Amino acid sequence: MRASTGYTEYHPRWLRHRKSTYWWLERLSYLAFILRELSSVFVVWTVGFLLLLVHAVSQGDNSYRQFLSWSTSTPVLLLNLTSLSFVVFHAVTWFRLAPRAMVVHVRGRRLPGAWLAASNYLLWALATASVAWLLLGD
Amino acid sequence: MWLLFSAGGVLAALLLPILLVLFGVLFPLGWLSPPSHEHLHTVLGHPLARVFLFAFCALLLVHGAHRFRYTLYDGLQIKHLNEFVNVLCYGGAILGSAVAAYLLWRVP
Repeated sequence: MRASTGYTEYHPRWLRHRKSTYWWLERLSYLAFILRELSSVFVVWTVGFLLLLVHAVSQGDNSYRQFLSWSTSTPVLLLNLTSLSFVVFHAVTWFRLAPRAMVVHVRGRRLPGAWLAASNYLLWALATASVAWLLLGD
Repeated sequence: MWLLFSAGGVLAALLLPILLVLFGVLFPLGWLSPPSHEHLHTVLGHPLARVFLFAFCALLLVHGAHRFRYTLYDGLQIKHLNEFVNVLCYGGAILGSAVAAYLLWRVP
C-alpha cells in the first residue's frame, strides 16, 4: 500500500489505528529493537573515526601523535566507549539472528542453528585475532 | 540493497569491535602501546589494504544508512518525509564513500 493512495467512493479509508511515536517504549523487546537500529549511528561514527586515523597516518608521524592524543580526550573516549557497546550489541544480535535468516543444508540435512551460531562466533574470534596480529605485530 | 546491507552488517560485526577496543579504548587509556606510525604506514601502504578499507568503509556506510533510514521510518513514523530521508541517508553514504576513496588514495 502506497502512502499516496487516493481515497474514492469505491475505495474507502483504510482502518488504521495511529501508533504512538513512543511505541518502542512499550516493551523491552521493542526498545532492544530500536537500540539495535540506532547502532547504525555508532557504526557511521566509527567509520569516520577510522578515516580520521587514516588521514592522520597519511599526514605523518606528528599528525598520528596528535590523533592519538585527541582520542584520549574525555568526549572522544566516552563516545568511543558508547560506540563499542552499541557495536558489540549489533554483533551479538547479528550472529544470533543469522541462524534464523540462513538455512544451510549439508548432505540433504539442515544444519542446526547452534552450529551456524558457533561458526559465526568462531569467525568473529578469528577476525579479531587477525586484526590484533596485523596492528600489534610491530 | 539487502545484499549490501548484509555484507556491511557482517563486516561491522566481525571487525568493528576489535578496532574500537584498540583505537577507541585500550590505546587512549594507555593499557596497550599503540603501533608505531611506521608500522601503520606500511600496512596502509599496501594497495590491497587500501582496496579492502575502501570496500569496508563503503559497505559499512551503506549498512548504517539503510538501518538509520528504517530507524526514522519505524521509530519516528515520518513516512511523509521518506524521499528526503532516502536522499539524506543514501546520499550521505555515497558522499562518505567518496571521502574514504579520496583519503585512502592520498596515503603516500
